[in-house]
Amino acid sequence: MSAAIQFLETRGSDLVTAVLVHLQFVVVSVGIGFVMAMLLAIMLSRLPAKVSAVALPVLGVFQTVPGLVFIGILFMYTGIRPLTVIIALSIYALFPILKNSYAGILSVPEAMKEAARGCGMTDLQILCKVELPLAMSSIFAGVRMSTIYTVSWAVLAAMIGLGGLGQFIFIGIETNNQVLILGGAIPAAILAVALAMLIDFVQDKLTPRGMKGRKP
Amino acid sequence: MIDTARVLQHLHLVLVASFATTIIGVALGVLTYLSALLRPVILWIADILQTIPVLALLGLVMVFFGPTATTVIIGIVLYSLLPVVRNCYVGLEGINPALKEAARGMGMTKLQALLWVELPLALPIIFAGIRIAVVTSIGIAVFGNVVGGGGLGATLTNAIRTQNMPVLLWGTLSLMVMAIVFDTAMGFVEKRLKSRNT
Repeated sequence: MSAAIQFLETRGSDLVTAVLVHLQFVVVSVGIGFVMAMLLAIMLSRLPAKVSAVALPVLGVFQTVPGLVFIGILFMYTGIRPLTVIIALSIYALFPILKNSYAGILSVPEAMKEAARGCGMTDLQILCKVELPLAMSSIFAGVRMSTIYTVSWAVLAAMIGLGGLGQFIFIGIETNNQVLILGGAIPAAILAVALAMLIDFVQDKLTPRGMKGRKP
Repeated sequence: MIDTARVLQHLHLVLVASFATTIIGVALGVLTYLSALLRPVILWIADILQTIPVLALLGLVMVFFGPTATTVIIGIVLYSLLPVVRNCYVGLEGINPALKEAARGMGMTKLQALLWVELPLALPIIFAGIRIAVVTSIGIAVFGNVVGGGGLGATLTNAIRTQNMPVLLWGTLSLMVMAIVFDTAMGFVEKRLKSRNT
């Protein structure tokens, strides 16, 4: 316990900076990943099923490339810049959101789209007012998952010296100092849980009252 | 190009860890199913373990077990427990109650019903969880070298440090192949298990 207090006394301000840097990496990457994933998901849902039957497994294969390698290779080209980390993290954040959004949009019953068209809605209106709201719980599940992963992956930013909570963890591992490792691990876990709760809250606010408690 | 010893080391880490994950995960899953008291506790712990960054988890385990393969294996097990525990619980919970009733009605004890009726019926779902755990652990084992556990992570880190592109690519490729082979093979078994049950 006293070790924890000492850690907070000596490293407190470093910790705050690290949490903010970490948060920044996560929010920016998940944001970019989310926009790209939504665009891709909407596009794929409009194309014939054959396209996504090929595209999704191919993307899945890329997901098996370890983050370490991805950041390592990017780093050779883009150097020690936050951009390197953000590109890598955005791409990792993209997969779960894309998969879930695509499945969510496809699961909207044909009859509902038909009904919307019958009401005189345009394609864009059907997308925004029928398909996306109905796919919302599935989309949010994807965002939640990828946010939790990204908090974990952002630790790798410290591998190329870009700070974040990973710096405590790396130094802690190198010097066999468990206080430092915990000093990085506990805030990271809290950050992941807090962001997940925030996403649940936003989802609750955005879901129309009539759809609450409905399973997709 | 790629050190075969490293590949074997990697496979060794993954296989030992997956074996342990399966046994511990199924045991915990059954416990979750049987005890309403332990259910939220176990699921919560397994959930929280996933939010801890892999590197931090490995670092913490290293404090107790030193820079060895054991550390990496324990880290992988802790990190990949969730899908096995959850699928085991969901699989057991989802069995048609009439079948459970029938098993008891035939005079089976609770244990017999669990071993001969419930677990076999839940097997496809449990196996799906093990599949996720195995594929994830291939990726986690890459971090093994940070805590001195070897594996392909060592090859990759060296290649990054020396900017040796061919080795980096070959190392990555072997990891991808490993993940795809395991995923496809286990997916095939999963499909067979599913069709056997219906």
